[in-house]
Amino acid sequence: MQSLVYILPEIFLFIVATVLLVTGLFLKKIKLINLLAIFSLLVAVFLILNQPFQSAFLNSFVVDEFSLVLKVMILIGSIASLIMFVSSKDDLNINIYEFPILIIFSTIGMMVMVSANDLLAMFIGLELQSLSLYVLAALNRNSLLSSEAGIKYFILGALSSGLLLFGISYIYGFSGNTNFNLIAVNINPESLGLIIGIVFVLAGLAFKVSAVPFHMWTPDVYQGAPTPITGFFALAPKIAAMGLLVRFLFNSFGEIYIDWQQIIFFISIASMMLAAFAAIAQTNLKRLMAYSSIGHIGYALIGVACFTDEGLRSLLIYLMIYLIMNIAVFAFLLSLKRNDGYFENISDLSGMHKNHPLRTMLIALIMFSLAGIPPLAGFFGKFYIFVAAIESEMLFLAIIGVVASVISAFYYLRIVKIMYFDEPKEEFDGSSIQSLNLLYYPSSILIIIFFIYPSPVINISEYAIQSII
Amino acid sequence: MTAQLLTFYLFSGVILISSLMVISTKNPVHSVLFLILSFLNAAGLFVILHAEFLAMILIIVYVGAVAVLFLFVVMMLDFKTSINKDNILQYIPIGILIGVVFIAELIIVLINTKFDLSNIQVLPNPLSDFTGKSNTEAIGSVLYTDYILYFQLSGVILLVAMIGSIVLTLRERVGVKRQVVSEQLQRQGKIDLVDVKSGKGVDI
Repeated sequence: MQSLVYILPEIFLFIVATVLLVTGLFLKKIKLINLLAIFSLLVAVFLILNQPFQSAFLNSFVVDEFSLVLKVMILIGSIASLIMFVSSKDDLNINIYEFPILIIFSTIGMMVMVSANDLLAMFIGLELQSLSLYVLAALNRNSLLSSEAGIKYFILGALSSGLLLFGISYIYGFSGNTNFNLIAVNINPESLGLIIGIVFVLAGLAFKVSAVPFHMWTPDVYQGAPTPITGFFALAPKIAAMGLLVRFLFNSFGEIYIDWQQIIFFISIASMMLAAFAAIAQTNLKRLMAYSSIGHIGYALIGVACFTDEGLRSLLIYLMIYLIMNIAVFAFLLSLKRNDGYFENISDLSGMHKNHPLRTMLIALIMFSLAGIPPLAGFFGKFYIFVAAIESEMLFLAIIGVVASVISAFYYLRIVKIMYFDEPKEEFDGSSIQSLNLLYYPSSILIIIFFIYPSPVINISEYAIQSII
Repeated sequence: MTAQLLTFYLFSGVILISSLMVISTKNPVHSVLFLILSFLNAAGLFVILHAEFLAMILIIVYVGAVAVLFLFVVMMLDFKTSINKDNILQYIPIGILIGVVFIAELIIVLINTKFDLSNIQVLPNPLSDFTGKSNTEAIGSVLYTDYILYFQLSGVILLVAMIGSIVLTLRERVGVKRQVVSEQLQRQGKIDLVDVKSGKGVDI
């Protein structure tokens, strides 16, 4: 009974989801259900902030500083995508009341993921998360692209889960335990089977964070899924999977870090370079954002590859800034609307600043931030990552990172150029995006003022990492 | 010991052959039947390992439910079994390559490691003693206590699967005429209750 306190937020969200599921069937008010879902996610944030730190269920479920910070970030991402859903559900043909409920279930899965301290808990959390995401990707049944996205994501996701499970069986077989801490105690540095297990688990997790060479699904799924869901894909699951990756590698395989470091090293370089080059040719904004998120994951993985306090701290700073920037970007994507629908192509932005000077300025700022131009938040995210890489003598990673971010600046800046210097087109709607302003302005302001007052973000990341290293 | 080894080789040999047949027979119904055969033999392997509960569950769930469901789907779909031979040959080289790499890796692992589980530390608060209990009893005694979190979360996963399949397939059709009995009975002015005298009939 006592251990129920440690999964109180998860239990609370589960109860809310089931109650909403039943009430939604009779009460056909999607807006109200969505509002209740947002409110209950806020309550879950409150519950998480007041949880005692402890591990429960045979030390397989850990509540600590790290999980607290990541869970709050995940919940912020979920709330943001629910707000995006309100503003666009009628136009995108996803007027389905199960949307907020599936988001809540997926959030529960992610919360289990970041708290997991056991291979079993890790796998179950991952499956709960991804199963809801497969359904969400295919939610718009009238769109061929959305169905394609759902099927593609489902098949490749099932394959990656298979790889993950295969790796888990190796690790269990060669260490005799499923608990992360006990694996660390029983580790045999010369065991080849253990390394094969790590490789397979990393392949499965790299799929979930969409790192190269397991990124193939990302552009298609991002383009096909309805935009609020694409936003959710870019926000919450990445953070959860990174948290899981860190706990898995640091807690159980800290002793043989030399072995997995090279894998992360390669994945990170490949992600940064591929994203930088492949995004140049894109004409669709959502595909562009898919490549952009692959690149950002590449930078974030530098922080993991360092295997130092500095690296972990910079990883958390980077993820927080990534969250804020992506909320801004997807809110902006949803605001590109005219009477006849949404616009996703880069060319549709041309000359936007004539009609919407303020909005265009903010988008330009966000793009500068994504490209990593000082003094915006995105620059500092990369700055801390590169500093951590240099301090742990991974100069090569830092150099590749800088080169990749210079190349990727091209496609972010091209958007700015198209908005300011190309021939203007028709006006976009201004009235229907009021709820998006809730996301748009706060996140833009955070991006701008970060360099004046960065200490909260740094303090939070300091606070989070104390339970890992 | 030899009897046990012999049964092991018998069961695993049948599993290997029937698994091969699953992917190589042209008739999908035969494929499913071979799949069932390999499940049955896998259950036999579990029995050799004294895991009789798992063996029975494997038969009930995989043979009784999943495979029969497969069979229904395969029979109902009635798809043409025309497989283009060229298409299959096209993938053989890469398939062999990947298979060789995997087998080489497995052999390297097996050569290099000894399964020495003697000095492995157990869980911090070890599970209760299972000696003298049957499989079913032992699983039951930890499933709802120590592993309650996994058990319940698996239930949530199944719930999500159910919600997902309903969301993706349920359609409300417009323009379909359904029979609503209460509305039929409440029609006013159209229904007369007539008391028919026997042998006289009634005028309408």
